[in-house]
Amino acid sequence: MFFMSAEFQTVVSALNEGFIKTVELFFLTLIGALPLGLVISFGSMSRFAPLRWLTRTVVWIIRGTPLVLQILILYYVPPLMKLFTWGGGETGRFTAVTTAFIINYAFYFSEIYRGGIQGVPAGQQEAGQVLGMTGPQIFFRITLLQMIKRIVPPMSNEIITLVKDTSLARVIALQEVIWMGESFMKGNRGYAGLIWPLFFTAVYYLAFSGVVTILLNRLEKKLSFFR
Amino acid sequence: MAVLEVKNIEKHFGSTRVLENISFDLQEGQALAIIGSSGSGKTTLLRCLNFLEKPDRGQIIVRGSKLFDAADPATQRESEIRKKRLHFGLVFQSFHLFPQYTALKNVTLARELLAQEQEGFKSRKKQILAEIEAEGRELLSRMGLAERAGHYPHQLSGGQQQRVAIARALALHPDILCFDEPTSALDPELTGEVLKVIRSLAEQKTTMIIVTHEMAFARDVADQVIFMDGGVIVEQGDAEKVIGNPQQERTRQFLSRYSER
Repeated sequence: MFFMSAEFQTVVSALNEGFIKTVELFFLTLIGALPLGLVISFGSMSRFAPLRWLTRTVVWIIRGTPLVLQILILYYVPPLMKLFTWGGGETGRFTAVTTAFIINYAFYFSEIYRGGIQGVPAGQQEAGQVLGMTGPQIFFRITLLQMIKRIVPPMSNEIITLVKDTSLARVIALQEVIWMGESFMKGNRGYAGLIWPLFFTAVYYLAFSGVVTILLNRLEKKLSFFR
Repeated sequence: MAVLEVKNIEKHFGSTRVLENISFDLQEGQALAIIGSSGSGKTTLLRCLNFLEKPDRGQIIVRGSKLFDAADPATQRESEIRKKRLHFGLVFQSFHLFPQYTALKNVTLARELLAQEQEGFKSRKKQILAEIEAEGRELLSRMGLAERAGHYPHQLSGGQQQRVAIARALALHPDILCFDEPTSALDPELTGEVLKVIRSLAEQKTTMIIVTHEMAFARDVADQVIFMDGGVIVEQGDAEKVIGNPQQERTRQFLSRYSER
């Protein structure tokens, strides 16, 4: 049986190795971008106009240019300008890619947050105010959960996109799952000209995005106790 | 001494003057109804009293102490406004209950947060929270909602939601309870239950300001009435007299349009 063959075992263990990197990139991006996006959204809603315009300009730049380009710039430009280096090898590439992903996704998330916060009726804020609540109390006790409920559907979209966007890391040869799959075509670990491993990577993405979808649906259901 | 003295309040939105020279007193235990057509400044006046808008001129004095004076920046510090707001309660036209909390939690939340600021809260936490909850339940049962304490706002009718909102405002024991058209967002068959609650508050001598379009109710429940038009007070006085026998032509016109409906 093919599934028992040495070829299959070798390919799968290489793909697994790549997949671990994919998953790490995914979670590190979320851990960094979810809070950073909230901070950025406050900037884009600031009453201080220069900060607001600056933030919105950067949002436009980050959302208006390809993530691939951002990865390339972030990876190559600082060393070329002798600002700093990312360190050699796979670790350096991983750090650079993760940084690019966090920045890119934080700006996307910030717009989702902004929509969520502005979507909570002003009356909620005022009701908190007349009840003598402080600004932070109103945000954490009143607005935040209503905002989260509003942003879960658009956030789910973005997070599932992130599952697949992790593959862009291969542009600087980070050895994530697609890079691994492709390597069997080019020649790797004693195999060359194998096409099926590249297509087989789809199984990983489908399984991963399936799990993520289930978790996000659960969250959405959990928040359905109020309207 | 009056509970509330409002002196020469003036408010502009851009170049539009929405309130001009608004002055009135309110005595302890009295209900004041503010009537007038839409855009006459009634809601803006209530919002000024609750520090949701800042008047450009005038003073707001509660129990002799000057809470706000447009001419005195020392009375306008952000840090003190929060405490000053507690002299007033506000019931909104569209309720603004917190959707993620049960009826009971809506009533008790602000009290709990204020209690946390008290000294010795940590050591008596359980007891204090139990007292607040007991009072919250008591307030809800006064509103006829004892059975609804665990319901979320979306599970309640509009009339029930507004009664929870009234309990929520009462929980902080404001000196003056303000109502901003409390029945305007309700179906006609639901207005009765809310008006009944407000009427019983008046009977218990709660000091209230009620912005309303329910003329019969205002005449019946309020001690004093203010008729506003174009941002000014056209006529004020005893409720029975102002609504029953208005002296000003504009008041008469306004009231006659109401009786035609």
